[in-house]
Amino acid sequence: MVISVRVPTDLQVVEEAVDVVARHCLASGLTPRAARFNLRVALSEALANAIVYGNGLDPSKSVEVRVVVASNGFAVHVCDEGSGFNPAEIPDPTLPERIGRPDGRGLFLIRQLVDDVSFNDRGNAICMILRRA
Amino acid sequence: MSFSAKKDPKGVIVIGVDGQLIVGNRHELKQRLTEALEGGERKFLIDFSNTGYIDSSGLGVLVSLSRKIREADGELRLAGLNEDLRTLFELTKLDTLFNIADSAAAALASF
Repeated sequence: MVISVRVPTDLQVVEEAVDVVARHCLASGLTPRAARFNLRVALSEALANAIVYGNGLDPSKSVEVRVVVASNGFAVHVCDEGSGFNPAEIPDPTLPERIGRPDGRGLFLIRQLVDDVSFNDRGNAICMILRRA
Repeated sequence: MSFSAKKDPKGVIVIGVDGQLIVGNRHELKQRLTEALEGGERKFLIDFSNTGYIDSSGLGVLVSLSRKIREADGELRLAGLNEDLRTLFELTKLDTLFNIADSAAAALASF
């Protein structure tokens, strides 16, 4: 099964989009905690990054969310229309010199909350894997 | 999602976060606390007892407010974090940056 949602470049719709996807994943067998917490936070981060940094808040652009539900887990793809970024360049926000900064925790949280993270070569699409328990 | 605000008898401004603290509403929380700070208030408690989840933008606003309040010689405490929210603070090591109480009552008693 595949769940597809096209999200406008609008930060105000992030919560609703995350809610829709989380409900579908819960109904498809994702554990309640993963649906309530891991998926919601990780997807919220990925969408915010796509909207702000990927699409540059350009309302003419959108973000595609596609969830592939398989027997062993969930693959959550988020793709924006930007030129991409290099995830290896994002510093660790828990370092003493960075912990007092208000930004830079999004990708870190995604990596902590899902089982696997990968990007396409261009760097404008992230794939987050949540395995079934 | 919404925020509630009240002042307790000890003069602590208690902000309740109902729903999520995320990229879509973080500015509202920042504005409310900043206005109170500029209005002379110095003691703040953010109660997360009715909060679902917080994203990195929400955490960022808390970090930013914490610094602002500290620079104004004020105090900020957090309370009522559920297991998920505690996990977030631990993962990001922000539990080392904030004064976090188990409950709003415990936090208020410590002011």
